[in-house]
Amino acid sequence: MEKRVTFKGWKLPFLLILPQVIVSAVFFFYPAGQAIYQSLFIPDPFGLSSRFVGLGNFEYLFSNRYYLASFTTTAVFSVLVTLCSMIPALFLAVMADRLVKGAGTYRTLLIWPYAIAPAIAGVLWLFMFNTRIGIVSWYLGKLGYDWNHVLNGAEAMGLVVVASSWGRISYNFLFFFAALQAVPKSVIEAAAIDGARFWRRFFTIVLPLISPTLFFLLVVNVVYAFFETFGVIHTITSGGPQQSTTILVYKVFSDGFVGQDLGSSAAQSVVLLVVVGLLSVAQFKFIEKRVHY
Amino acid sequence: MKNFAIGAMIAGTTMLSPLVASAQTEVQFWHAFSGRLAELVDAQVADYNASQGEYKVIATSKGNYSETLNAGIAAFRAGEHPQLLMVFEVGTATMMGAKGATKPVFEVMANAGADFDQDAYIGSVKGYFTDTDGQMLSFPFNSSTPVLWVNRDALTAAGIDPDVDLSTWNKVGPVLDQLKTAGSTCPLTTAWQSWIHLENLSAYHNVPFASKDNGFAGVDTELAFNSPLQVAHIQAMGEWAKDGKFFYAGRRNEGGANFRAGECALFTESSAGYAGIKAEAKFGFDVRPLPYWEGVADAPLNTIIGGASLWVMAGHEDAEYKGVAGFLNYLASTPVQAQWHQDTGYLPITTAAGDATRAAGFYDANPGTDIAVIQMTKNTPTANSKGIRLGNFDQIRTIIDEELEAVWAGDKDAQAALDSAVSRGDELLRRFEAASR
Repeated sequence: MEKRVTFKGWKLPFLLILPQVIVSAVFFFYPAGQAIYQSLFIPDPFGLSSRFVGLGNFEYLFSNRYYLASFTTTAVFSVLVTLCSMIPALFLAVMADRLVKGAGTYRTLLIWPYAIAPAIAGVLWLFMFNTRIGIVSWYLGKLGYDWNHVLNGAEAMGLVVVASSWGRISYNFLFFFAALQAVPKSVIEAAAIDGARFWRRFFTIVLPLISPTLFFLLVVNVVYAFFETFGVIHTITSGGPQQSTTILVYKVFSDGFVGQDLGSSAAQSVVLLVVVGLLSVAQFKFIEKRVHY
Repeated sequence: MKNFAIGAMIAGTTMLSPLVASAQTEVQFWHAFSGRLAELVDAQVADYNASQGEYKVIATSKGNYSETLNAGIAAFRAGEHPQLLMVFEVGTATMMGAKGATKPVFEVMANAGADFDQDAYIGSVKGYFTDTDGQMLSFPFNSSTPVLWVNRDALTAAGIDPDVDLSTWNKVGPVLDQLKTAGSTCPLTTAWQSWIHLENLSAYHNVPFASKDNGFAGVDTELAFNSPLQVAHIQAMGEWAKDGKFFYAGRRNEGGANFRAGECALFTESSAGYAGIKAEAKFGFDVRPLPYWEGVADAPLNTIIGGASLWVMAGHEDAEYKGVAGFLNYLASTPVQAQWHQDTGYLPITTAAGDATRAAGFYDANPGTDIAVIQMTKNTPTANSKGIRLGNFDQIRTIIDEELEAVWAGDKDAQAALDSAVSRGDELLRRFEAASR
């Protein structure tokens, strides 16, 4: 039996959800509606004239080989960023959780990178991997590896993934750490008495117990990789070389704000909206089933 | 999401506008300079404001070229745009397409009754910004042209006479071989590859970069930079890249850091690189004309400019346009223009400013600083060398960058890369044509 809390009448509940409705309408529904509307036109940049093209912008996009390739790039990038930011964060959280002394210090230090703006993080990593003066690329050169992310697409991808994941590890760490603290000690102790070793306890008891957090972070990190990483990409590679790091959202930005092609940019926003919507539905439908609340 | 970003940008722009509080007529001037160049612009503005009491020009930096153009466009949509907006040469077609958003400079000058002789301006500089009748639509502000920078010490170290003839690419080739053999890690590098190695290459050899007079004669233009000459040049550069004789540092002027640090022997870069190189280089350097290929009938013709011009935006008061006219005339006046040319390495926009600089002995004291001027002005520009006017040009340059990178990385040969750049670029031209109809 599900337990429901009900209000008498409709005025109070309506009033209570009104702020959220207004915020959503102003900041989400209205812009999304505008994007859908604009995607049907080719406007000039100054907003002086606009030509209705129906689905022309979408046809143009889907006949473009590079736009289609951008889907693959986005998928690779998002999976890598999600893995690279969640696995180390979980590992660090587990380690920090075991600490008896100095946990506070570790925690503070691990959270620090989150305070750094993506664009600045991008510049930091770019500086370390600069093909000529970067300290890391210099050491790689000593080892006989010629680092050049300016021309090598795989290296460029690696660099933007690392730069995007780095600050994100802190964020994930916070959530994992809090989740681990909430795991009842009695359950773990009982397992320990039964003879389960640390990693066995981790995989059979802790992991299922923190699965709601794991799922939450999975959704949030995929959204992060999709939308919030463009600062890093802009500063490090500008989408290059040969569009090997041009993810969908970066293309929205570069076509709209650099190229002034607002029609195509709006159409891309709409496509992105649909993709992320489908992705979230898929996540809730297939993955959430394995989550135990 | 996009709309949200535009809204945020407009809000930011509005907040940054200085408060209006004086009886003087104010003229807002948005530019894209930072550092030393911004200081020089501020000094010019302060000097103009002090020279008269009626108008007050307020200069504001809006970031890099693309960001400044975006800020101007967003502000126009919000009705908060400045009177004067700096737009890089690549944005010229965009501005020309926006008929109701701009006011042609020749009109502003005529309406204000200002003294304005278009013949005083250097043809190859103003030509980039004139309409088909030769009337100036925008005011050339900072224009430069590519030249070859030479690290003399690096040549000497490789056992090469530092005065070696580097006038043609045919002669540059063997010098690169010698540098490589002598152990140089960077015999040649470049800045702005599309601008120098395709746009200027085409103009310099009198071959079209795009049909319809490089886009000057209409928006139904098609790219044409995959002809044998350009393919041969990019192929040669690609082979040099493969052999480690051409070092590719990046799409903008990243290579400048390597050259100024003394790593690279030869560097193709804008003449405006002068200020930075002079300040930082701890080696003997000199400037040479951009090399050309031997055996091409019209080469070397003239190179074309890069840089930015000032656009007057529509929708302001007549009194404010008078202030704009006064300020532009001040910028074009011989002493101001000559000083600007000497301080920055940008080309003088008037013949008189060039002559004054020569008369003052600046070129004798700083050998090579007149190379850019000579290279631009020694021949009469043809339809292929007047300039390039393409819609979505910023994005087309990005496409060219991508395809050239494929050549430098050895993934594609020059013909395939340029063919692909042309067909991808043409799609963008068709979109621009559709938008400006």
